[in-house]
Order: sequence, then C-alpha cells, then structure tokens
Amino acid sequence: MIVQRLAGRLGLSERIFVAVVVALCVLVPLANLVFPPGSPFHVSNASVVLYGKWMTYALLALSLDLVWGYCGILSLGHGAFFALGGYAMGMYLMRSIGTRGVYGNAILPDFMVFLNWKELPYAWYFFDWFGYAMLMVMFVPGLLAFVLGWFAFRSRVTGVYLSIITQAVTFALQLSFFRNDMGFGGNNGLTDFKDLLGFPVQAQSTRAVLFALSALALLGGFAIAKAIVSSKLGLVLIAIRDAETRTRFLGYRVERFKLFVFVVSAVMAGIAGALYVPQVGIINPSEFSPANSIEAVIWVAVGGRGTLTGAALGAVLVNASKTWLTAALPTLWLFVLGALFILVTLFLPKGIVGTLGAWFADRRGKP
Amino acid sequence: MNRLPNFLAAIALVLAAFLCAAPSARAQTLDETLARFATDRFPDTARAVEEIARSGHPMALEIVEALTDGRLAWRPSDRRLYVIGADGATRAAETGKAEPDSEAAGLRRVRVNNPVRQTIAAALGVLRLNSADPGQRRVAAEAIMQSRDATQAPALEAALGRERDARVATAITLALAALRVVDPAQPESVRLAAIDALAERGSRDALVLLRSIPADAPAAIRARAERAAAGVERHLAILGGIQNLFFGLSLGSVLLLAAIGLAITFGVMGIINMAHGEMVMLGAYTTFVVQEVLRAHAPSLFDWSLLFALPLAFLVSGSVGIAIERTIIRYLYGRPLETLLATWGVSLALQQAVRTIFGSSNREVGNPAFMTGSFDLFGIALTWSRLWIVVFTIAVFAFLLFVIRYTDFGLRMRAVVQNRAMAGSVGIRTNWIDAFTFGLGSGIAGIAGVALSQIDNVSPNLGQGYIIDSFMVVVFGGVGSLWGTLVAALSLGVANKLLEPVAGAVLGKIAILVFIILFIQKRPRGLFAQKGRTAES
Amino acid sequence: MIGRKTTDALLYLDGVTVSFDGFRALNKLALLIAPGEMRAIVGPNGAGKTTMMDVITGKTRPDEGDVLFDGGEFDLTKLDEAAIAELGIGRKFQKPTVFESHTVEDNLRLALKAPRKVLPTLTARRNAEEKARIDELLATVKLDAQRRTPAGGLSHGQKQWLEIGMLLAQDPALLLVDEPVAGMTDAETFETAELLKRINRTHSVVVVEHDMAFVRELGVKVTVLHEGSVLAEGTIDQVSADERVVEVYLGR
Repeated sequence: MIVQRLAGRLGLSERIFVAVVVALCVLVPLANLVFPPGSPFHVSNASVVLYGKWMTYALLALSLDLVWGYCGILSLGHGAFFALGGYAMGMYLMRSIGTRGVYGNAILPDFMVFLNWKELPYAWYFFDWFGYAMLMVMFVPGLLAFVLGWFAFRSRVTGVYLSIITQAVTFALQLSFFRNDMGFGGNNGLTDFKDLLGFPVQAQSTRAVLFALSALALLGGFAIAKAIVSSKLGLVLIAIRDAETRTRFLGYRVERFKLFVFVVSAVMAGIAGALYVPQVGIINPSEFSPANSIEAVIWVAVGGRGTLTGAALGAVLVNASKTWLTAALPTLWLFVLGALFILVTLFLPKGIVGTLGAWFADRRGKP
Repeated sequence: MNRLPNFLAAIALVLAAFLCAAPSARAQTLDETLARFATDRFPDTARAVEEIARSGHPMALEIVEALTDGRLAWRPSDRRLYVIGADGATRAAETGKAEPDSEAAGLRRVRVNNPVRQTIAAALGVLRLNSADPGQRRVAAEAIMQSRDATQAPALEAALGRERDARVATAITLALAALRVVDPAQPESVRLAAIDALAERGSRDALVLLRSIPADAPAAIRARAERAAAGVERHLAILGGIQNLFFGLSLGSVLLLAAIGLAITFGVMGIINMAHGEMVMLGAYTTFVVQEVLRAHAPSLFDWSLLFALPLAFLVSGSVGIAIERTIIRYLYGRPLETLLATWGVSLALQQAVRTIFGSSNREVGNPAFMTGSFDLFGIALTWSRLWIVVFTIAVFAFLLFVIRYTDFGLRMRAVVQNRAMAGSVGIRTNWIDAFTFGLGSGIAGIAGVALSQIDNVSPNLGQGYIIDSFMVVVFGGVGSLWGTLVAALSLGVANKLLEPVAGAVLGKIAILVFIILFIQKRPRGLFAQKGRTAES
Repeated sequence: MIGRKTTDALLYLDGVTVSFDGFRALNKLALLIAPGEMRAIVGPNGAGKTTMMDVITGKTRPDEGDVLFDGGEFDLTKLDEAAIAELGIGRKFQKPTVFESHTVEDNLRLALKAPRKVLPTLTARRNAEEKARIDELLATVKLDAQRRTPAGGLSHGQKQWLEIGMLLAQDPALLLVDEPVAGMTDAETFETAELLKRINRTHSVVVVEHDMAFVRELGVKVTVLHEGSVLAEGTIDQVSADERVVEVYLGR
C-alpha cells in the first residue's frame, strides 16, 4: 500500500529513474554473467565494479541532497559518513580474513600483528558477526550525525558556519584515522579482503551481486527519501530551507527536524560507503578527505539539488566524465571539475533535472 | 713516488693491523698512526684518533675534524692519507700541502661508526682545548663535559691553569665539575663544589649528571645533588615553558598570517572564499619565480629576494582576487553556499594551473642569509626564520589596521560594509570597493605566501593545508573583528604547542579542532562577537 | 498597581530592558494587553517596536524584566520561539515572510494547528477536516484562486494576506502583526483593517504600524513607544493631542 501511495506521487523523471535503475539492477549482472567476453552484450568485470561504484556514489548524492537540497544544510562532511560506513564494512571484511592473512593470525588483522599488538582493540569486538557489522554501518555514521547535529542545530549554527564545521570534523577524522594508534590500519587503511559472507569478494559473481545490491540500495534510499520529502515533514524541511525563522515562529522545533533528516541522511551515506568498500577492495583515510565531501556536493549541484533523481544522475554523470577524462586527458580533469563548480553555480543553479523540470512546467503552463 | 716506501708502508700496515689486536703495540711513529686510518677497520681508526690527538702534530686538529665531516680519505694503491677541503681540493694529511694532481676519484673515505665518533669527540676536546681561538676552546670544554671521559681531567686542569678568557675558564670549570662529581676518587669537598657548579649551570646535561650520582656515593653528596637537581629541573621547566610559548607564538603568527587575508574577505565582507589558500600558494610561487630570476640574472641580489617578492606577491594574488570577484563572486552576493562552491572550483583550477606550469613536486625556495640559522636566548634555541615571521606578521597586521583605519580607501570600505545603500548614495562606487577589498584580502594572503614559502614546502597543495585552519581562526576570533583574529590565531598557536608535548602533534591538532567546534556551538559568533540586530541576519 | 492586575492580562511586560552594544533598544518597557483586546503600537524608527516583538516571541532574551503570558501563567523569557508559538502567540513579520516555493495551500497547511513534532508530521495525512479548514482560511484571506500557486508568485499585498491567513491557521490566542499594510494600496489597507477587526472578534491582536490613517481606521487603544519605553497611551485622538508625542513623532 505504501509502495502504491508512493508510486502515485512519482513525477515523470522519477518514473524514468526507477525504471532505469531496476533495469540496470537486472541487466548489468546478466550481461556480465550470461554473455561471454567478446559478445556485444557483454559487460566486463571492470565495468561492473565501476558501475557498482557509481551506484554507491549516487546513493551518497541522494543522501546529501536530502539535507542540502531539501533542508538547506550544506554538509561538507558526508564523505565522512560514507567513509565511516565503509570502515565498518571493512572491519567485518578484515575479521573474516581469519588465518588467511600474511601472518596467519586467527583474531588479529595483519596490520595489528605488524604493529606488534597482542590483543584486539575493543572497537573491533563483534565485527566478525555480519549482523553486528551491518548495524554499525548504520549506527556509527548515525551517531556522529546525531552528536554533531545535536550541538550544531541547537546552537543554531547555520549556513556556511555549519559547512565549515562539518568540514573541520571531517578533517579531524581524517587526521585521526591516519594515526596507527587509532587501530584502523593508519595510512594504509583496510584492504586485502578475502570474502563477504563466505563469497570471495574478487569473484565475478560476487561483484555482479554487489552491483545489484548497490542498485537496490539506491532504489531503497530513493524510496525513503521520496517518502520523507513528499510527507508533511518534507514540507517542513523545505520551509526551514526557505525561511527558517518563520518556521520556528509557526511552532516547529527546527533543530529537531534538521537533526532527524541529518541522521537519516548520514545513515544512508554510511550504507553507500559499506557497499562501496567490498567493490573497490580498500578503505583508507583518504576517503575522509574534505575534497571528497565537497566533490559529492557538486554531483548534487550538477544534477539538480532538491530533485532526488537529479542528485543520482549528477553523481553518475560527473563520475563517468571523471573516469573518461582522467584516462584521456588526465591534466584536464581538475580544470573541468573546477569549471563545473563555477559554471553550475553561476549558470545552472537548479541543475540539469531542475532546469529541465522548470522548462517542461513552463511549456505545459503556456498553451 | 717510488715503490719501495709504498711497499714498506704496506708491510707496516699489515703489521700495525696485526699488532692492533695485541694491546702491547708501542713505539709508533706518526707514519704508523696515519697508516692506521687506512686499514678500513674501526678499532684502528679509533686508535689512530687517540694517538694523533696526543701527538701534538700541527695537522692533528685538521685531520680529526676532516674525519668527523667525512673529508678524510686514503688512496687504496699506496694507503696515503688526504684531507679533502670543503671546496673539494685535496691535501696530503701529513704535510698539509696541496696535492692537486691526486685524483679525488680514486680516494676512499675513512669510515666512522659510533664508538669511533665517541673517540673523536674526546680527541677533538683535547685538541681544541689547545686551540688559539677562545671560541674553539669553549666548545672543546663543553664537548668534554658531554663525553664525560674521566681521562680528560688532566688535560682540563692543565688548560684551566693557562686560561685567560673568563668565559672559557667557566666552561672548563664546569667540565671539570662534570668529571669530578661522579668520580669517587675525588675528596667529598671537591665533589660538593662540583655539584654547586653544575647546579649553577642549570642545563639539561647538568641535570643528567646530577641524577647520575651513583647510589653508593656518600649521603651528603647525594642529598646535595638531589636538591641541586630539583632546582635545575624547575629552571628547565620554566625555560621549556618559555620555549613552548615562543613556538606557540611562532605557530600562532603563521596561523594569523594565513588567516589575516581571510579576516578581510570572510570576516569583513562575508565572502566565503575557499580559494583563499590558493592566494597564499600564488604568493609562495611568486617568491619562487623571483628567486629563480635573481639566481639567473643577479645572484648578488639574492638576499633581497623576499623584498622584491613581497610587492609582486601582493600584486599577483591581489589581481587574481580582483579577477575572481569581478567574474564570479559578485554574481553570488547573498548566496554564501553558492559562493563556497564556486570558489572551491576556482581553488581546484588554480591548483591545477600551478601544477601544470611548475609541476606537482615541491619547489625549492631558498632562505636569504638573514633568515637562516638560529641564535641562543637564555639557553633557548630560536631560529631566525621563525622570529622574522613573528615580526613580519606583526608588521602585516599593523599595515592592515592602518589601511582600514586611516586611509581613504579604508574609510570607504568601512562605509560600504556598514551601510551599502547609504554608501552608494553618497557617491561611493560600492562595486569597486567590493572588488578592491577582496583584492586587498587576497593580496595580503599573497604576502603571507612569501613568508610561508620560507618555512613550508612550496607545492600546489600549499594552500589546502591552511584553509581549514584559517577559517577556524577567523570564526573562533569572531567574524568581522581583526583583533579577534589576532587573539584567536595566537591563542590557538600557543594552545597547540602546549598540547603537543602532552598529546602529540596530531592529537593536539584534533583536540584544538574539537575545541573550536564545541566553542562555536556555545558562541556561534566567536570570541569577539558583534552583538545586535544588524548582526542577526 | 500593575502587579495586582497580572492575573487579568493576556500579555504582561514590565521593566523589560534590552541593550545591544550599549544601545538601549528597550528601556524598562511596561505593557499590558487584556484578553480579547486589539492594541495599536506606534512610534518612530528605533523606538523599539520590533525588539519588543522579538522579546515577546522569544527571539531576543531581555537583559532584565518580566514577560508573562496568559494571566501570568507562562514566563516567556524562559521559552524558545517554537514553545511560545505553541502557547498561542502568532507573529507576522514586518517584511512578509511566506514559504515561497510552497503553494499557498501548503503554506496554510504548515501553519494549521496540528502536532508539531517530527514523527507526527512524517506520518501526517491530509483529511477532510484539514481541507475544510484550509478552504475556510482561503476564503477569509481571499486567495481561493491562488490555492495552487507557489507563494513566491503572489503580489506583495497577497503575501501579507497569506501571512495573516497563516497566523489565523495557527489559531493563536494573541496575534502580533508587524506593519501589515506597508506597501499596500489604500483599498488594500482598508480591507486589511476590516480583516483585522474581524479577526479581533475571536483573537487578541497587537498591531505595530506607522500608517496613522490605518491606526485611526482600526479605532483601538494606541500605545506610543519612544526610545524603548512607553511615551503615551490612549485613543488615537488623545495621543495625537499629547505634546510629547507631537514632538517626537507626529511633529516630524
């Protein structure tokens, strides 16, 4: 029933989006597994991983759009939530290596043996249980978002101040994760994963399934985001974005609404990170880099903030260009990215989907 | 050179090497001593050092010094010893005469290890104690104090007897005290006096000596040493505090330098410029270019390179700033989040441009003579570069205050900031004031880049390292308050350096970040907040 | 004297002082609003009118003084904006602030009296009762035709009315209305006065206004503020005749 209600509210671009993601979810793994290499329908293993990565980026963009596009909170720390989810997944993957590591230690991951540690740090307890690890994938980013949001929103830190704070937090996290003493592999991060729930992470079939899961997660994230923004709560979020003080004088506790959507969004970003890590095979502190977080912002801006499909589309478009350009003209990519930031904010503030949407609405309005 | 002496020397060497194992080797000549350097065995080298130190040979000091610097070499074919000058010229070790024809390529350096280095330190001590230069003699006395080689005591006593220079005499007295205080053979009164002498010196090595009195020493000596050590420790703690304070002020002035331009663009104008760090970077690269040009065309002016770089960096960063304001930022006034994104794009493009032109690796920016080295202030070693940066920062801050308070431009700028519409209606061209104010902030950032090129790696990423810190400083100090920025930068610098010994550099930095984040929660408008209805929007 | 009457007053301000960087925006301000009353507040620029609104609605905390609501039941200085709004004090801003990207209907829907907590708003459903209430409000503020128009597309006067409609949707005991007729035509001004009078039948209203013709139109008790405190109080004719008022305000 909820699905029906939701489906009824979908606009054109949203219907197309759902159809495309569902199709990809089925077709990409099929094309990879069923058609042999050389067949025109074959999708290479490398492409499956690449597309899977884009799906997780799209989910990250979706989560960012939820807070920025709908509630006006420009978080420059979503990369941190993404990375924290990734680390939680990475810790599970490390623990499940077991005795197959270089040092063959059943409990301690290789890097701890290398650092001459004798005991597993408390933070790593229970991460051998998949269920617990998945709980942490959501809980840790959610908790960070809750604590950060609790303080920031209550003290009414808004606008660029909030952006700078989220960036500083991300930076502080990056510095901490670089330290070996933190117990998360320091500089090198977590890597050399063997298997996920018994399935080898490098295997073609596992990767195909991971892609499908990423696509499903994107759909799930979209459904949740859509449910939120089309509810009355969604109206409140946009109200906060457009006139925060007015919303407060209507009796809404702005900080609680912000906190809610910030935490939901952080959890979504964490899930995206958790799906990202087994596909790329590594998670290290560079994922916390403030530049990553702000790059995710431009995906949303390109696609169109305040449109869920735009965020996802922007993530895929920008990353596809990045993949293509860094291979073809590596020195050009940063110029292009820089130009994107400038041109989109100056000339395409609504993004692709937002601009197209306005154009269609205009045309329908005229005749 | 005929072959026979070579042959004999070789035999002598073999013999010497053989005899070396036996402690009964006696009756060396200088030749034998020198030959020991060429056996390529560490024990021989050590012995040779000891012997030559005692020999009184006119080249002795030079040989041992050359050995320390790795400039002592021997020729494998005839095992003759050479001293290589700092300029690469070779001289015979025995005579000190230049032998330009000996090919440096065929020479092998005499190697040293840690035991040999200890021997060298002691030998240098003796040799330098007899030097004609009082400075050398003082260094020698201090070296002996460090070495704690009791066998040097007679040499020290002899030196003290003929010493005329008061400072050198003090140094020798201290060295003697250091040797005597742990020497059980000395009478108690002598050892007590030695303790007092050490306590007066109050240095870390004195503390180590006082703490190393063996447990079997007489009770009176131990008690006195204990008291003296406690006193020295207090003294050292105070010195350490002062030193940390200086380091903190130095770091604080670096922060201030990086943030001060931002205090204008963000603090006063409210423009969030993520490319601020790149303005700093451009200043640093301007310095690099100026130095390259001077190196190529006017090397004699190299020491003045920073002076040339300052106005140029101001112009370069300032005009880039004005260009950014005119082409991008002015269309985004009132939309801070968009400004943030667009200027981030500018920062990416500027970084990549610099990377394309200058390459992505670090560029070498030299320190002019007045910026190099360090000096000693009450036992605290301070580097000139750090000190000059503190001075420079104060100058920049004063300059900025002057511009804002006392110039016509500053007056117009303040007018525009306070009431744009009114300023416009009295004939101020507000959009040009915006552009030039932004240019001023960017130019100041460029000037900061000149200074930071002296202490940091000049690479395309230079600016990225400062941007978050700079924003933190400005926000912490209170947006719109230059003095707030000053206080914030200095206090954060000092806090960071005071935390460092306790928590380590990275944790200290994290702690500071967390502190600022919490602080902003409590006082979102910073230390020197502007209160009132106008500040609310 | 005032103290004994606290129990009667809907809104009670006494000795309220607010200063910004040494400038006293409010100076020992005392004001009483009876239940069901409509009061007009006038005063020159900087007299402290907006600051007084800020204090009542919890946006600004007074340095000292009492701000009590509902017969002394609630101390407003201890509550935040949302809590004060929920108590039943609605505010219309000087500059009309509506949610520009929401439709007129959604603007009203957000303002309607309903649970304001996070989860109830997430699960809230549209229902007939809500629709009826919105229809009624649209009729009151004459915006039926603009029901599905984004509020950003309304004219200035329509925005003012929409905001008043949102105030009504909240169904507050007390409405604070800041310069409701700024930028309106004479006809609109007249209609707004009529609207406020109608609203006053069921609500207490405080109107801050510059427009003396409008205040005269309302025909209610007038309080003149000057330099953060009350200079005069009475009918429009009484205060117009007051020499001090003429000097500081009307005389200009």
